[in-house]
Amino acid sequence: MDSHRQAVDRLRSAFHSGVTLPEKFRRTQLTNLMSMIKENEEQILTALHKDLGKPKFEAILSEIDIVLNELHYAISNLTSWMQPEYVSKNLATKLDDCSVRREPFGVVLIIGAWNYPLQLLTLPMVGAIAAGNCVVIKPSEVSAATDSLIAELIPKYLSQDCYAVVRGGAEETKALLQIRFDHIFYTGSQSVARSIMQAASVHLTPVTLELGGKCPGLIYGRINITAAARRLVWAKFFNAGQSCVAPDYLLCTAATRDALLPALSQALEDFYGKEPQKSPDMSRIVSLRHWSRLIELLGKTSGKVVVGGERDQEDKYIAPTVVVDVAEDDVLMKEEIFGPILPIITVESVEKGIDFVNRKEKPLALYVFSDESSVVKTVLEKTSSGGFCSNDGIVHMTLPTLPFGGVGASGWGSYHGRWGFETFSHRRACMLRGWALERLNGLRYPPYSEDKLSWLRWTTSPKSCTLM
Amino acid sequence: MERQAVQRAKEAFLSGRTRPVEFRLQQLHALQKMITEKETEISTALKQDINRSQYDTPLLELIGIENEIKLAIEKLADWAAPRHVERNLLTISDEVYIQPEPLGVVLIIGAWNYPWALTLLPLVGAIAAGNAAVVKPSELSEYSSLLLRALLPRYLDKDLYPVVTGGASETQELLRIRFDHVFYTGSSSVGKVVMEAAARHLTPVTLELGGKSPCYIDKDCDIRVACRRITWGKFVNCGQTCIAPDYILCEPCIQGRVVECIRHTLLEFYGADPKCSPDYGRIINQRHFNRIMSLMEGYTPVVGGQSDSSQRYIAPTVLKDVPPHSRLMQEEIFGPLLPIVAVSDMDDAINFINEREKPLALYIFCSDKKAIKRFIEETTSGGVTVNDVMMHYTLSSLPFGGVGQSGMGRYHGKHTFDQLSHQRACLVRSLGMESVNLSRYPPQDRRRARRARMALKSSLIDMSKRTLIWAIVATIIGCGLFIALLVILLIAAGLNCTCWYWRGFYNYW
Repeated sequence: MDSHRQAVDRLRSAFHSGVTLPEKFRRTQLTNLMSMIKENEEQILTALHKDLGKPKFEAILSEIDIVLNELHYAISNLTSWMQPEYVSKNLATKLDDCSVRREPFGVVLIIGAWNYPLQLLTLPMVGAIAAGNCVVIKPSEVSAATDSLIAELIPKYLSQDCYAVVRGGAEETKALLQIRFDHIFYTGSQSVARSIMQAASVHLTPVTLELGGKCPGLIYGRINITAAARRLVWAKFFNAGQSCVAPDYLLCTAATRDALLPALSQALEDFYGKEPQKSPDMSRIVSLRHWSRLIELLGKTSGKVVVGGERDQEDKYIAPTVVVDVAEDDVLMKEEIFGPILPIITVESVEKGIDFVNRKEKPLALYVFSDESSVVKTVLEKTSSGGFCSNDGIVHMTLPTLPFGGVGASGWGSYHGRWGFETFSHRRACMLRGWALERLNGLRYPPYSEDKLSWLRWTTSPKSCTLM
Repeated sequence: MERQAVQRAKEAFLSGRTRPVEFRLQQLHALQKMITEKETEISTALKQDINRSQYDTPLLELIGIENEIKLAIEKLADWAAPRHVERNLLTISDEVYIQPEPLGVVLIIGAWNYPWALTLLPLVGAIAAGNAAVVKPSELSEYSSLLLRALLPRYLDKDLYPVVTGGASETQELLRIRFDHVFYTGSSSVGKVVMEAAARHLTPVTLELGGKSPCYIDKDCDIRVACRRITWGKFVNCGQTCIAPDYILCEPCIQGRVVECIRHTLLEFYGADPKCSPDYGRIINQRHFNRIMSLMEGYTPVVGGQSDSSQRYIAPTVLKDVPPHSRLMQEEIFGPLLPIVAVSDMDDAINFINEREKPLALYIFCSDKKAIKRFIEETTSGGVTVNDVMMHYTLSSLPFGGVGQSGMGRYHGKHTFDQLSHQRACLVRSLGMESVNLSRYPPQDRRRARRARMALKSSLIDMSKRTLIWAIVATIIGCGLFIALLVILLIAAGLNCTCWYWRGFYNYW
């Protein structure tokens, strides 16, 4: 698409002019982004409600506050992040100036997702802007109202030479990926991620892929079932289960399941009342296509629906639903559910639960609920996942000091806080040597000798620092 | 056959035996032993591969590997330990840390120019991080490749670290298999193929590629010393180094001086006939020999130019006034040809560099600190050494890697460990303190919402400058008041004593 190419060219010239490099510029842009969100909170909430039926409270926590937190954190720490990092030296380099500079890559592409349309676009933007890059922003077209709001607001608050919003569907994104970028940040599904990484390989463009997968929740050992149920329900049904870090399915013993079910029902009633469809705090499914996909899963499962199951096509509503007697090869276990359906699989021991999890792809998040620290420890040590949280769900991603990202099929790279800044920076090793000590340098020049070699071994050894 | 080796490595990894730090240390010690015990065999293999001199082997490869192993052994416990991070109000009583974990099975594809360093340095990091690793040395350095295949299983765990030898088809076969990370050193064109193959499995990659590393010589610097350092870096390993200074940029007025200094240094290093020097290498194979010779076509060198196809020998060669659009300036030379391109001044040099792909290394020879700073700020590259060449590679605390076409990812020292680990974010909470959680649950109201927002705010302490200044001022004032109070008390006590003393005195009198 010509207009896309023109936008990228404009950003490239702006980047080459050096305008994004000074700290003042980056700080101003971040502050403006902060103003954009604060001044348009109502409009943002309305758009999110239109797209996902997102309750005001959820939107404030997961789209407004989390971004403002991140912006605040970046603005406070920008100066220190931008400083050169001085490193330890060996004897040969004792008198040299050795540091690592953080430099922007250039023009980066950020592709957002529809489940947290503002957060998943602006959180990476914070890192990209702080690192001094120019950014092409591609919001998800599935969350249409937020897409057009972002396209309207960004040019009003951020520099139009350095940041451009590009809109469109699959075709436009494909065309966009033909253009050369200096980094691509993608949040979304594994299948699309493969084609993005393949397109990136043509230009040797580094990528960050924030993908998904089935995040397991293991419940074993002694447990405060009421508290566990409440936290589980909160994490699972937040945004109607449309979170990449929502607990996708549960693993526990039959006894635990029997104790858990009434606790889950009670928690659901406490949170959403007897008719969740009428609760202002319950979200909707983003589109008819996804709604139909979820209903089809419910239709094809060989498990038993014990809670919920109600649906309303016109409202794109599905009640919080719990399904038991789900087998490992059930249709509900084939792909990431991404909806308000919670399968419970009974596995009689924590070891078998761990084996179950390890038979699958490494998830983005892994949860374990237990009052026994030995159970938590065992699960942690014997599994791998992007992130880990015990006795709660989702909240590990609210800390800007923790890297947020996947591993294996759930993704590559991480962000949040300083990690975002580092993701969008090139770490350039700089060694500034002096003109003196040419005799010492002579040790490495031909003609070679045994003597020279021993001296060289000594001066470059990592332990030689301790002599000084 | 490759698939079997990879499958064995995978099963060995899943057995969990690489997890304990003791096991990893034991493997690193064994690798150290291999390098020490087999130095002679390694030197012989390198001599046969690339006519590497007896001293170049330890100098260019073995010392580096030994240092990396020593560092990893010393620091491994530290590197593998969890790293605790700052919390927010919600998580104030929880354990919040980052736990480095192994990725699984790593594929390391080495290169032929430093066959031992470029396979074993990544291997050190892979072992330290607790991974299994499939090592694929380059078939072009045939003797080294076969020796590595014979040696590694004798010292290291046979299943965890298999060596797979072979050519392009074996490599392609390997790339079809799913790994948890692919670490590739080589050319940009093959780098693209590696990344594209990895994309099918969503496997992360580290690509250490190449490019044309520019070397700028300022007219006001110590040209003699500059040329000595450049000559060393350019002609070591016969120019076949990814971070060798590929070409020189300088003003026409010093071009002659540069040529003379290089000529003089070459005489000092390799004698009148470098062909007879035991310290001068050869080109790896006929194909590369022909490629490099063809780059010179149509140009008359001012130094060197001689060659001997039977020995794959090309003399250290310098060419001046090379046009920017010549073939010499289009591809990475990777041989002992040193073109000098004239630029009108430093700005011209900066523009020249910025018009081209981002290089793996950038070299600046200059005595003016401000000018150096500007040069670095207005360009980009994988790494920079100022007033020398290649040395940033030798310090393991500096991350080594490229940017843009010269690569992605970095390694050396702890950076290899980090590159081949997964940094897992861990939050360990308890099911207690449920009342704190109430504020985030529905049904929602204003009060609850406000409390939830407070709990999730990122910094417990506002780290803004204003607050810091207030904190400092308040502390100073507080201390001042405290000191003032002490002084008053002392005086009062003193007066009191004195009063008593005088009273006593009067009483006495």
